[in-house]
Amino acid sequence: MNSLKRVHFFSVILNFVLAAGISVARAQDAPDVGPHPPEPLKAMESHIGNVTGHSRDAKLDYRRYCAGCHGDLGDGNGENAVWLDPKPRDFTMATFKCRSTVTGMLPTDQDLFNTIARGLTNSNMPIWNTFTKQQRADLVAYIKTFSPRWEKEKPADPIKIPTEPPVTIESIAHGKALYTKLECWKCHGPQGKGDGPSAATLTDSKDQPIRPYNFTAGGDDSRFKCGSTNADIYKIFITGVDGTPMPSFADVIQPNDAWDLVHFLRTLQVKRHSKENEVLKAAGGKIPPYNETPSTPPASPNNSAAPASPSENRTAGGGN
Amino acid sequence: MRTSKFGVAVLIATLCPALMFGGTISGKVTYTGTPVKQKPIDMSKEPSCAKQHNPPITTETVVTGSNNTLENVVVYISAGADDANAPAQAVTFTQKGCQYTPHVIALHTGQELQVVNADQTSHNIHPLAKVNREWNKSQPPGSPNIQEKFDQPEFISVKCNIHPWMHGWFAVLKTNHVSISKDDGGFSLPNLPAGKYTVTAWHEDYGTQTQEVTITGNETKAIDFSFKAKAY
Repeated sequence: MNSLKRVHFFSVILNFVLAAGISVARAQDAPDVGPHPPEPLKAMESHIGNVTGHSRDAKLDYRRYCAGCHGDLGDGNGENAVWLDPKPRDFTMATFKCRSTVTGMLPTDQDLFNTIARGLTNSNMPIWNTFTKQQRADLVAYIKTFSPRWEKEKPADPIKIPTEPPVTIESIAHGKALYTKLECWKCHGPQGKGDGPSAATLTDSKDQPIRPYNFTAGGDDSRFKCGSTNADIYKIFITGVDGTPMPSFADVIQPNDAWDLVHFLRTLQVKRHSKENEVLKAAGGKIPPYNETPSTPPASPNNSAAPASPSENRTAGGGN
Repeated sequence: MRTSKFGVAVLIATLCPALMFGGTISGKVTYTGTPVKQKPIDMSKEPSCAKQHNPPITTETVVTGSNNTLENVVVYISAGADDANAPAQAVTFTQKGCQYTPHVIALHTGQELQVVNADQTSHNIHPLAKVNREWNKSQPPGSPNIQEKFDQPEFISVKCNIHPWMHGWFAVLKTNHVSISKDDGGFSLPNLPAGKYTVTAWHEDYGTQTQEVTITGNETKAIDFSFKAKAY
């Protein structure tokens, strides 16, 4: 009886010593540094030319340069997010504005890589061209850890951009007619000022107000969100700007028509020097009315083999 | 006795082949309380649409019939039925008079969706999918139908950014046993083999409700759903 009691007493002491030892050990291997960025669920890679990016190598860069806005969890809820308009991208949705792929598809690694370096004009996303190629590639891989879509889906092939036809006054005039017919002006406004009848009501996919692009703002320094060459603008018609009201016109526009529209949009940038503005000036500064070819003869002025324009029954602004 | 019962069964089977497939769950969806008054839509910015509606149509967040019936409720078998393949025929979603008709469509995962623009104006079809791919396509007047599919079950809110009042829903489900309540609140889920089912009723503003129903044979089980109207 007595010995039993003694055994029990010793076991209590032993337990106490053990527990104290474990808690000391725990405190040592986990120094308290505040909340940890969660480990990526799965290591991802990116491929930019011959550079391979690794998500694990971007952890510190992401935390230092990106998490403040995009959040540790990549959900766009970083501590600065409340102050920003437009809001930082939520990577968990895997919806991206600047893609070379069709609407709804994931962007290519190169698309994300380009966006990081280019920044996004009219937003708080700066130009990150101070990163090395390797750092950017690693960050692209890191962004891909936030959505399971990157494991399940392959990005589609980039869309094909045909060679740009020469800038002519006819091309500009046709572009203007298309701007009316495709109702670009409903959001972007008749003069491209971003003040069309629907402009004030626009919201992005997270119900945040969003403004259509104002083509007239800015001079030679003007930028577009997803690249500023004519080919970049062409690309936007085809891919759309996902997550925003800007739709894809891939199924409803012919390549030559899209180029004509690009040429016209350049003339809306009134303060910017461009080939298009020179051609317009040479033509007397006025865009002539465009005469739609009658629907019967298939020969079109652009010799585009357009299979009977899909919208022959167009009616200007809501007739019968 | 036995033979006469058999005879009756044969007679019924001959007259009404649908009964051969089993039971039916049917009933009514109603609401209690006072739903928010739907607002008239001002389409003056789109005259070609505005003139098609006299008086102007209202928003369709809550559509009711007489006797407190609730329309546009998606009632479907959420558990118990086999995940059948998508039907071969497409489901059509039409834009007419700057309005989606019908307001809610049900699709099987992988089933073809056909979006029609019957208007004189451009629309953009923008399903705000969160589980499925979010896409956004322009459809000027006279363009061919847009054909799409959704891979994952999801209730997807659909809008047109050009005409912000246009709003609809794609109910993408893993079942073909689905019925959308009409203005009398009625729904019917026929051709159910004997078994235990979970029936879910979904309304865009009032949320979801479920009920367990057991079907034993060629019977019709009546169940009703009642949603509490939101005050705002």
